[in-house]
Order: sequence, then structure tokens, then C-alpha cells
Amino acid sequence: MTRRFYMDFEKPVVELEHRLNTLKEDPLAHEPDIHKEIEWLEEQIEKLKLRTYSNLSPWQKVQIARHPERPRLAAYIKEITSDWRELHGDRAFRDDPAIVAGLATIGGRQVVLVGHDRGSDTRDRIRRNFGSPHPEGYRKAIRFFRLADKFNLPLVTIIDTPGAYAGVGAEERGQAWAIAESLRTLTDLRVPVIAVNIGEGGSGGALALGVADHIIVLEHAYYSVITPEGCASILWKSKEKAPAAAEVLGLTTTDLMKMGIIDEVIDEPLGGAHREPGVVFRGVESAIVRTVERLLKKSTEELTTERYERFRRLGVFMEPAADTDAGENAR
Amino acid sequence: MPLSDWLKHRRQQLAGDPAGKRTVPGGIWSKCANCGETIYQRDILENLHVCPECDHHFPPSPDEWVAALLDKDSWRQTNSNLTPEDPLGFIGRKSYKESLAAAMAVTDGHEGIMTGHGRLADRAVYLGVMDFRFIAGSMGAVVGEKVTRLFESAKDERSPVIMVAASGGARMQEGMLSLMQMAKTTAAVARHSDAGLPYISILTNPTPGGVLASFASLGDIIIAEPRAHIGFAGPRIIQQPLGEELPKGFQRAEALLEHGMIDKIIHRRDLRNELAGLLGYLAGETSSKVGATR
Ligand SMILES: [Zn+2]
Repeated sequence: MTRRFYMDFEKPVVELEHRLNTLKEDPLAHEPDIHKEIEWLEEQIEKLKLRTYSNLSPWQKVQIARHPERPRLAAYIKEITSDWRELHGDRAFRDDPAIVAGLATIGGRQVVLVGHDRGSDTRDRIRRNFGSPHPEGYRKAIRFFRLADKFNLPLVTIIDTPGAYAGVGAEERGQAWAIAESLRTLTDLRVPVIAVNIGEGGSGGALALGVADHIIVLEHAYYSVITPEGCASILWKSKEKAPAAAEVLGLTTTDLMKMGIIDEVIDEPLGGAHREPGVVFRGVESAIVRTVERLLKKSTEELTTERYERFRRLGVFMEPAADTDAGENAR
Repeated sequence: MPLSDWLKHRRQQLAGDPAGKRTVPGGIWSKCANCGETIYQRDILENLHVCPECDHHFPPSPDEWVAALLDKDSWRQTNSNLTPEDPLGFIGRKSYKESLAAAMAVTDGHEGIMTGHGRLADRAVYLGVMDFRFIAGSMGAVVGEKVTRLFESAKDERSPVIMVAASGGARMQEGMLSLMQMAKTTAAVARHSDAGLPYISILTNPTPGGVLASFASLGDIIIAEPRAHIGFAGPRIIQQPLGEELPKGFQRAEALLEHGMIDKIIHRRDLRNELAGLLGYLAGETSSKVGATR
């Protein structure tokens, strides 16, 4: 396996892997001494991988979530859907390629699929604005939310964005309005909504696809109120402090499960989804299928009430007995 | 800086500076932070914190907003007993607990928003007024809960909601739980709206981020104050190719009106009448004579 990119903390693993590959390619690789050396190296690599990856810091997880080789939306569509029919446009301004939408069949079940697409190579990434939607992207998403509602098709959203785009055009066309409308539309949807965060969950731009009945997140994906860099520059006036910010924001799947913000975590292979994507695709597919089947048993009333309650209960605060307006609070 | 602080600061400045001592009986002279004109302090207070010279809209306190908008003695505050917690044990430059303690000291126990109900031109209304002095009016769990309860109660009472927004966005120190308040408040607005009830949102200076990207931009009618700064992203993080300058008046109320994002810009002195007039059309089905007064 050739790897073009690795993160600092992966360096020792990558170096050993490189040495292993060189040995394997050696014409004398079958000689007993060298063969022994190869076996020893393989063992060491497994141990080192376990040590490196089983105790990742929040910042290391953020780096894995952003890994250039991590599978993105297009790979999931290819691997977990059949009969994919992409559809385009917000019917008002333009087709935003940072949001991809269409009809798909997953595990024999017809669904509407809407996701952030950050692109697969440099040119594609630029075209898709690195997965940061403009307002027209959210308005495109809303179109497909309504389509799902009208034709009684479950909705699957795939979240993977550093955040909604911050630019002049995006502001002038009402980025905040588009996100709020997206939240509002999902709130009322009469069909099951399942969200899967496969990488980056960047603030409101991610939440706009995330008001769901069931929220699935990959083990090393993150979900945060602000990027670690943004938090660091507010707190310490320095983006270099992003690793420290990642520690305080509570953005890992472990934190998110504890706070009741997400419902299910899908394990990733040692080192991240890009190391063995097939395992992750199967995990995501079966989680979606299982959840769709479960949610389809619920009535519309149950679905919308439970979705309301799911978000209604989030938030930690104290409510000591009121003095002056006790009557009001009893309501 | 809120006007009250600014005035206090100015007073102290004047007290310490003999040359600046220009007090006259019954009041003092102050300098407008916007136009620099010297103004009789009582004039600006009586003018609802709007500079009589340049019309700059300074922020009133929530109590002053209530007095400016509602019928005399009709206000009942609700849920003022809700107080914040520190779910992440957040420590940045200073701890969240310290920031909360400092913020509590400047506001009167209502956290980032004061909510309640009263009457506007004899019509029952539910009113929320955000307070920028409390950690920049950011939305944490208390703001989210109070906004949610406001819309839920208004729905139960079949009353209109008026929201005066001023906020720095989501409260980072509460992490993802603060982001979730966007979903929670939006859902409450949706239910109130689905019940056919009116919601008028008033965007004051400033209203960016998560508050705008949830309940504040979902009004049936959205009013902004003159020159208010309103937008999703702060100007510092707006990405500009080749370092171009931001357009003139960018993210100001006037530009938003031009781009079709708000309904109108209303001077503060006309706001109460405007709201009464609008509700006359929208709130026909709501409880105009019952509900709010106890
Ligand atoms: Zn002035």
C-alpha cells in the first residue's frame, strides 16, 4: 500500500511500514534470516499501531477526520447505495456542489440522500468549496428534505463539513436564514431522518443537516460548536493552540455520547477509516438499514414528537425554586 | 460598550477631569460615542438610548426595552430562576465559572435573555429581550431553554411572540450543548408557527452567528434597527479573495434590506406603534383580551 500522506504522530508507524515494504521487495526476502526479520517487523508494527491509535487525543482525532485519504461522500454513495440518481439545484440561484442530493436505494430500501461533499481530488475539492456550502446549498438540501416528506421516503443525511462558508456572497444571500430554514424544515419532517457524520461536523453548517431522529457518528469524526482553530484564536489569539482548544470543546464521540448529543458510534479500523474503508462502509450501511427499519415502525406523530423531545432535553442548567414567578414556572 | 456603562465611564472621566466638568443642574453632558457630539444625558435617555444628533441606536437594558415596548405595569417576567452550569468544566483564558460570575454581576439574574409576557397596546404578547452584557448575549443552555419555554407558553396561550435579539452567537464554553440550542429553539418556533401564531423578530446591533441562524431569523416579520450589524459570520473571518475590502455597509441592516433578508428598518421611537399595527393584522386569531394578565 502506498501512502501519500501521514500525520506527525503516525511517523514511527509509517517508517516501520516503509522498512517492511523495502524488505519484502528485496530479492532475498525468502532467505530465512530476512524472513524472520520481516515477521518481527510485522509484529512490532501491530504493537506500535495499537499504542499509537488506541489512545488518540481529541486533536489527533480531528486530524484523522480531516485526513486527505479519508473516504468522503462519493465513496459512500458508491459503496453503500445502489441505483443512485443524483439531482441538482435549489431552483433559485444555482447548484451548489458542496451539497449533493438524490434518490438512492440502501439495503433494498428507497431513500432520499443529502450530504456535504468535500471532493475527492484537488480540482474537485475546489469546485465543491471543500464541503463548505453557500446558502443555495442549504436551500438545495431543503428542497430534498421536502421531497422526502412529500413522497414518504426516509431521509439519510451525510455530514462532513468544516462549516458553512463565510464569504460576502454567502452573507448577502442569507447564510443564517438558509441554515435556520434547514433546521426548521427537518424539525417538522414527517418521515424518518437519519444523520451520519463521517468526518467533520463543523458547527451550524453541519447541524443544518443534523436535526435527525438518530445520529450516527464514526469513531474518529468530530462534532463541534466551533473549529478548534476558531476557538483557539478567540481564547488565545493563536491558531497554534488548536490542540488545546480541541481538548476543552468536548468534540469527540466519547464526549458526544456522554452528553446525549449523538446516538450511535461506528468503530473505525486502527488508524482511521482510510486504512480499511470497506469495514466502515459495511458498518455505516448496516447501521442505516437497521435504523430505517426501526423508525419506519413509528407513526408520523411518534416520529415528530420524539424528534422534538430528543433536542428539547439537551442543555444543562439549574432551576432552583422560583420566588417571584413560581406560578409561571409550574406551567 | 453598553450605553449605561459608557455613561458611567464618562461620568467617572468627567469627575476626574476638572476641564471636563460641565455638569449642569439636573444632569450632565456626555459625548456620543458615534458622532462625537456633546449631548445632554437626559435627552439620550428620554430618546430610548438613541443619540438625538446622529440617530445612533445604543443598547437599552432589557428593563428599558420592556418599558419602551409594553403597556405600563403589564410585564411579568418568567423563568428568571434558571441559572447556567458549566457542563464541560471549560477553562480558556479564564474559566467559564469566572466569566459567569462576572456576567451575573452586571445583569439582574436574567442570564443572556429576559423573558416574560405583558401587553402591547392592550394585546397579550410574549416578549424575549436578549442582553448582550451577559457573555455577549451568547446562547447557552439557559438562553435556549428560556427561548424554548417562551414559544411553548405563547403557543399554549395562543399569543404572539416578540423577540429582541442581540447576541454574539452560540456560547462556545458550553460546547456542543450550546449548538444544540439552535435545533431546540427552532423546533419551538416551528410549533408556535404551525399553530398559526405570529412571531415578530427584532434584530438589534449586533446579531450574528447561531442566534441568527436559528430563532432570530425565523420571524414571520423581521425588523432591524438602523445600522445594526447582522450576519452569519463575523467580519474578521469573512474570506475575501486577494484581500479585497468588504463592500461598504456590509452586514448592516440597510444592506440586508436591499438584499431582501429583512422586512423593514424601524427607528426605535416608532417601534412600539409599528408592532401594534402589525399585530393588528397578524394576531386576529390570538388571545387579545385574555391570557397574560393575572
Ligand atoms: Zn451621536
